[in-house]
Amino acid sequence: MFEIAEKAIDPAALRAALADPAAGAYCGFEGWVRNHNEGQEVLRLEYEVYSPLAISEGRRILAEAKEQFPHLRAGCVHREGLLEIGDCAVWVGVTSPHRDEAFRACRYIIDAIKHRLPIWKKEHYVSGDSGWVNCERCAAHA
Amino acid sequence: MKRITVRYFAMFREHAGMASETIETDAATAGDVFAATRDRHGSSEPAGHCKVAINDEMADWDAAVADGDEVLLFPPVAGG
Repeated sequence: MFEIAEKAIDPAALRAALADPAAGAYCGFEGWVRNHNEGQEVLRLEYEVYSPLAISEGRRILAEAKEQFPHLRAGCVHREGLLEIGDCAVWVGVTSPHRDEAFRACRYIIDAIKHRLPIWKKEHYVSGDSGWVNCERCAAHA
Repeated sequence: MKRITVRYFAMFREHAGMASETIETDAATAGDVFAATRDRHGSSEPAGHCKVAINDEMADWDAAVADGDEVLLFPPVAGG
């Protein structure tokens, strides 16, 4: 299950949906909006998502994890739109018979989500300025 | 010449002042489209930090483009 959400993520409900009598381990990761980045005070975040490709690529990442780790159940939800400090921006949850596979699968999924999905993060700063994370080096702005 | 629809995302869209346009071009690859639209998206770096999709499938920069294709130009991603 991979979804892009416009509303608040409910990790407890998502975790419950992964329940599996064959699972001895659950590993979850939540990415939260923090109030600072690279020396700037952050007021809020804005995620832009190109959903058609984010969803297909997100499902592909979960399928890759299941291939690597047998008997894995996995889910991921990523937010889009405006988020406030402390909001949950991304949730990853996996269950597995044993903890080692659960930790490793969870790590694999969140790392791939961050590197591969067409999702962009714009930070709005306390100073009134704003900036696209990771994008500035790619631009010709003098 | 080919007619290619180019879509700009995030910073690229803001720099271009538009979300998409259709261009006439002799571009052979996705990388050629990136270079041909440099003034629009404003990226002075090689395409390596950025990603590209053709007709909603992730693609390599050396992938061929055909008349009528939609080429999606993605600045560096930052999910999570």
